[in-house]
Amino acid sequence: MRRVAIVGVGMTKFGEEWGRGFRDLIVEAGARALQDANMSGAELDALYCGTMAPGKLVGQEHSAALIADFMGLNPIPATRVEAACASGGLALRQAYMAVGSGMHDAVVVGGVEKMTDASGAQVSSALGGAGDQEWELFSGATFPGLYAFMARRHMLEYGTTEEQLAAVAVKNHANGSKNKYAQYQNEITIDTVMKSKVVASPLKVFDCAPVTDGAAVVILVPLEKAKKYNENPIEIVASAQASDTIALHDRKSLTKMRATEVASRKAYEMAKVTTKDIDIVELHDCFTIAEVIATEDLGFFNKGEGGKAAADGRTALNAEISVNTSGGLKACGHPVGATGIKQAVEVTWQLRGQADKRQVKDAEIGLTHNVGGSGATCVVHILKRA
Amino acid sequence: MRAGRRSRDNGDIVVGIVGYGAYVPKYRIKVEEIAKVWGEEPDRIKKGLGVHEKTVPDIDEDSATLAVEAARNALLRAGIDPTEIGAVFVGSESHPYAVKPTATIVAEAIGATPNMTAADLEFACKAGTVSIQCCMGMVASGMIKYGVGIGTDTSQGRPGDALEYTASAGAAAYIIGKNGNGSGALADIEATFSYTTDTPDFWRKPLAEFPTHGGRFTGAPAYFKHIINATQGLFEKTGTTAADYDYVVFHQPNGKFPLEAAKKLGIPVEKLKQGLLTPMIGNTYSGASVLGLAAVLDVAKANEQILVTSFGSGAGSDSFAIRVTDVIEEKRNKARSVQSYIDNKEYLDYGMYVKHRRKLKSL
Repeated sequence: MRRVAIVGVGMTKFGEEWGRGFRDLIVEAGARALQDANMSGAELDALYCGTMAPGKLVGQEHSAALIADFMGLNPIPATRVEAACASGGLALRQAYMAVGSGMHDAVVVGGVEKMTDASGAQVSSALGGAGDQEWELFSGATFPGLYAFMARRHMLEYGTTEEQLAAVAVKNHANGSKNKYAQYQNEITIDTVMKSKVVASPLKVFDCAPVTDGAAVVILVPLEKAKKYNENPIEIVASAQASDTIALHDRKSLTKMRATEVASRKAYEMAKVTTKDIDIVELHDCFTIAEVIATEDLGFFNKGEGGKAAADGRTALNAEISVNTSGGLKACGHPVGATGIKQAVEVTWQLRGQADKRQVKDAEIGLTHNVGGSGATCVVHILKRA
Repeated sequence: MRAGRRSRDNGDIVVGIVGYGAYVPKYRIKVEEIAKVWGEEPDRIKKGLGVHEKTVPDIDEDSATLAVEAARNALLRAGIDPTEIGAVFVGSESHPYAVKPTATIVAEAIGATPNMTAADLEFACKAGTVSIQCCMGMVASGMIKYGVGIGTDTSQGRPGDALEYTASAGAAAYIIGKNGNGSGALADIEATFSYTTDTPDFWRKPLAEFPTHGGRFTGAPAYFKHIINATQGLFEKTGTTAADYDYVVFHQPNGKFPLEAAKKLGIPVEKLKQGLLTPMIGNTYSGASVLGLAAVLDVAKANEQILVTSFGSGAGSDSFAIRVTDVIEEKRNKARSVQSYIDNKEYLDYGMYVKHRRKLKSL
């Protein structure tokens, strides 16, 4: 395997982009990434994209072909991958393998989702496809409902409280307020979260990631060629992926994601690092409970201590471990397919020292954690300043 | 602070409102009563929408009957010979017929027929203000002596939808004539500016019983974009600013949007208070902006200036600069005020409401 580096990154503002469609978003992000890499599109030799549900949300399939066309990249091979909310992370992994294997020399990988052209019910139904259609969705489960089960169990087994979950949202909004690309740049309080309308008890509106439009793109080349494009290449030193049962009710535990544990352990081994070496984490906070569970499963805190750790400020910007400096899915927004790539964009900016007011001091190594559904897919990457 | 320059060379010929009239049905249903049926929290809804209760038409009322009541009140204030009315335009999104105009029903009921023209208009919630604009043109050109522009609706909310809390019934009518001394104009319409785009935020197909809406799309790209652009266009056209107006009436789908629009335009929200009726009567759709204006005319003094900006989904806004004359005092009390209709109320429970609104279907 060759060593692989990120030499260009770009993203659109995340939010309710009424004036922009699916293709407008991804082309904008792609153009920014190419500019960041000082690269001409003609140098790219493959394209990967992650997008979860364009068919249901905007009636568009064959997304990779559409993107390659509208970015003026024909005739390079263009491939779409899908793993629900982990589509972006999965696409990054495919691109990493394409360059690492020697098959391709310059790969552009993007994530995109256009969600605001569909009604709330349509979005709920589309996202529900991340679970088990026949046993979960068909029986009336929605994603807030499934994560609410996890939250209730975590509260029962470990005494986690709703206020501790709320602290995660407060912290993420605080980070988002420093991120000009974030959907929500307002700070909130525990009270804001506690008073918000219940979606699926104990999860309230402010415990849940929003509906968002957006796109993010990164460009990968072999490390040995990276300096030609960017004086601050960021190496992907680990890429790992794991699967678990699709339905929540088939898991061994409701309070732990085995796919996160397996993927992250593989990643730490590949990169030859431990949690102590990680300076910044962009993890999958589709719901506040998901962040709590992820911080435990990734090994930053013992099982059951994630809630208290968040409430104690241990995951705040420049605290013990900076988690979700972009604002996370909650404040930055969650255009489903884009999130996994956005995480890589944020970590890249952090490691380059380009994160402005949300800069993690002396950031050398970062981790991205992208989950599909209630934990059936997990993709973990570790990035390091080259 | 009313010394704003008003350019008479702006292309508009000033016309007058010689009579105005309102009508709001007497039945009401409270937010609590609807929330009870759908298992919602009434306080959260009242706070979120800024609405407490809405009007419900009686079993024998519809947009035509509401329009007739409002037109008759306008005639009482105008004191004109109805046969001198040259045109009647009725704007609604709940005309009783898809083909056969409400306007001829109204025209005959007020004694304006037969030597006149009439037609119905549809532009979602702003069909009433467009009707007024049609009359403005015909009067200013000398084609007719008086024209009547009416906004009326008995709007329907899909059961269980958010709009069910606000879709209500009401009407207001305006008799337009020349302005100036001896014309009888109680207010002058000094200018109008419209802003229109093809924006599908809310629609109803011909055989559909209830409309469909775009959720959050009805906000920034629809309501706010058009209200703000039309109002700013009027400011530019007339060389005025928010400071020149004593009262401001915006289209009011709920009790919150108009206040938000005012903030974005730098208009003090106190100026909207008199013309903001939705909290107590719901959204009367084509009746909304024109009823808000009527409520202002019920109290405004000579020389005070009123800004009105309507909004209709689909989408567009009509903005008007209106100046009250000293004739208002002698005409105002010749018909019932908007407040007298608002105060005359009787509450229904959800079952009676459903019967009144013909939502009961046999299975």
